[in-house]
Amino acid sequence: MPDQRPTPEEILRRVEAEEQQAGRGRLKIFLGYASRVGKSFRMLDEGRRRKQRGQDVVVGLIQSNVGAEVQCLLDTLEVIPGLQGRSGEKEWLVLDVVAILKRHPHVCLVDELAQDNPPGSRNPQRWQDVKELLDSGITVVTAINVQHIAELQDAIEKITGKRAKQAVPQAFIRSADEIVIVDAPPEDLQLREPVSAGDTRRLSELRELALLLAAEVVDEQLHNCLQLQGVELFLGSQERILVCITPRSNAKRMLESGRRNADRFHCGFLAVYVRQAALDPADAQLLEKHLGLARELGAEVHVLEAADSAQAILDFARAQAVTQLFVGHSLGNRWREVLFGNPLDRMIRAADTMDVRIFPHPSSS
Amino acid sequence: MTPPPARKRGRFKIFLGYAAGVGKTYQMLDEGQVLHRKGVDVVVGYFEPHGRKDTISRTEGLEVVPRRKLEYRGTIFEDLDTDAIVRRQPEVCLVDELAHTNVPGSERVKRWQDVHVLLDAGISVLTSLNIQHLESLNDLIWQMTGVRVRETIPDWVVDQADEIVVVDVTPRALRHRLERGVIYSREKADKALENFFTEQNLSALREIAMRHAAHEIEEKLSAEESAPADGALPPAPGDASRRKECILICVDERPVTIVLIRRGRRVADYLRAECLAVYVSPDASLARLSPEDREAVERHLGFARNLRIHTEVVPGDDVAAGIVQFARDHGVTQIFMGRSVSRNWKERLQGSRLQRVVRLARDTEITIVAERRRGRSGSMGSA
Repeated sequence: MPDQRPTPEEILRRVEAEEQQAGRGRLKIFLGYASRVGKSFRMLDEGRRRKQRGQDVVVGLIQSNVGAEVQCLLDTLEVIPGLQGRSGEKEWLVLDVVAILKRHPHVCLVDELAQDNPPGSRNPQRWQDVKELLDSGITVVTAINVQHIAELQDAIEKITGKRAKQAVPQAFIRSADEIVIVDAPPEDLQLREPVSAGDTRRLSELRELALLLAAEVVDEQLHNCLQLQGVELFLGSQERILVCITPRSNAKRMLESGRRNADRFHCGFLAVYVRQAALDPADAQLLEKHLGLARELGAEVHVLEAADSAQAILDFARAQAVTQLFVGHSLGNRWREVLFGNPLDRMIRAADTMDVRIFPHPSSS
Repeated sequence: MTPPPARKRGRFKIFLGYAAGVGKTYQMLDEGQVLHRKGVDVVVGYFEPHGRKDTISRTEGLEVVPRRKLEYRGTIFEDLDTDAIVRRQPEVCLVDELAHTNVPGSERVKRWQDVHVLLDAGISVLTSLNIQHLESLNDLIWQMTGVRVRETIPDWVVDQADEIVVVDVTPRALRHRLERGVIYSREKADKALENFFTEQNLSALREIAMRHAAHEIEEKLSAEESAPADGALPPAPGDASRRKECILICVDERPVTIVLIRRGRRVADYLRAECLAVYVSPDASLARLSPEDREAVERHLGFARNLRIHTEVVPGDDVAAGIVQFARDHGVTQIFMGRSVSRNWKERLQGSRLQRVVRLARDTEITIVAERRRGRSGSMGSA
């Protein structure tokens, strides 16, 4: 613990040193779910505060029709005008990468990350311009709506009936050093026209999607942070469900339940099988059927090779930060044997960091 | 004669953060200012300045209802004056820190109960809350951060909010705020940075807050969807995908019961399951228990009811058989149990309670709840 609290200047120097050391600028993203949720404002406000603290900040790009509050912030900052032009009906605005690289500020603010550049531009898409700035050591603060994430287009289409024409790969969003969710209930959006109940519902669905995406990015950062510090994984900030499959388990019920639960918790869904020697043909066929179903239901399927299956499953579950382990049991007449000193019993005893859910065997139901 | 029309309940809006200092109070006051400018009758019922200048400046121009002074053990405490606000009848009242516990001797134990009084009186309430105060997360948060949060709020209170707004900043920005002394005094800030406000704690809490907000949105959407259920057919029997889940929590005198109840409540909320808790005794009462055990079981049942879990004490000479019978009679799909150890010769002979329940409950799933343990423990109170 430091004896003296660092002054703001020291903190600033440390931050800048950290950033330059890496050679790459930091990427910070404000994520929203609709226009007018306040992303541009938050982005510019951050620019203003950084400037107050002595950082060299420029605005690389801002959408043209901004509100009074945003304009007010904009007036306090240096702007490098974007390249403007028109091709046919369409007006376009492109980040002036050359000018920004030449000016080389510490921080560059870039609005509307998801934009296609017109043909003949330096890069086809704006996020690639941003990547260039980052690679040259410039920190970029930017804003995007969840509708413009490429991999989410199926989900977006289900909600809005439309796919975004311009989208950014999710990997780029995940590579952000920092992500901030800009949240507001749909009722609070300063919308120009009154919205219907259906619109409100769609906005709520988009809002949920944005929150879950942000949570996933945060989860990734958390795991990186833990890894970096060599801290043992701790459980529970995100649920993870693991279904243990054996040929004669009630795999259908377990997997379907696993799928439903994973959907409710919006969490990872895995299935594991520990290879058994000398399966008879009937069991081998059952097993194939189970594993096929697991894949069909979207489980991440793992097959392990191990002599001690209970131990292998436990080790695997711990490594995967599983919070809920689904196992089957068979009863019949041999319940004593099943419950005492057998793999299931040992597993229940040892799996003390996760919930263990025991499913009845098909023959007993 | 027709009764006077009941006053419409006020709207309830929560600014949800993942730690102190993210800007909940600031944003709440900001919204108060916006409403005030629009001509809405807004008052500040309670806000915690924490000596933060930025925040204090946001109250300018807003009417503040004086706090009530209460003496407790020779010290004067100031708290929300619920009666005065109800008399004043504003349209909107700002009340900071929803999870606050009132001074002993107040009419109500918890601030959220005062907020309910305001809402019932037709006053809309804007309030602030940190995620770590949610009752069902208490064990998880302790396990992750080492902090046992004392002031908790039942999840259903938060579920009832008309709106939840996530107030978000990055952990990095929050730690910078702490270092600059914006949030706490210098000594407290240093301690906080070392303990609760580590980057991993903050990230974990932040993730949980985001997921929780997403969950609340989803629940609201689902409630809207299923509201007009007239003429809907009941789910076909045996259709597991449509059968409503029902979770049964086994209560006994052991402290682990609390963990079981919290976890059961949380899982039930996510699965949209019913949630029941049961204690089994030969005469369906707690009379034969020792005073300590009776107190513990009563406390556990009360704790469950506080989380809106239906509780029962049911007869049974054999606990395992009693649980399984109750589960069958009530359409339970999942039984929640702790990891039990065989405590006496009878159990050793017949198998532990868990083993016996597994054997008897042929078609019911049984969940053995994880233990919550921690190597090190933190030193800060609720942040």
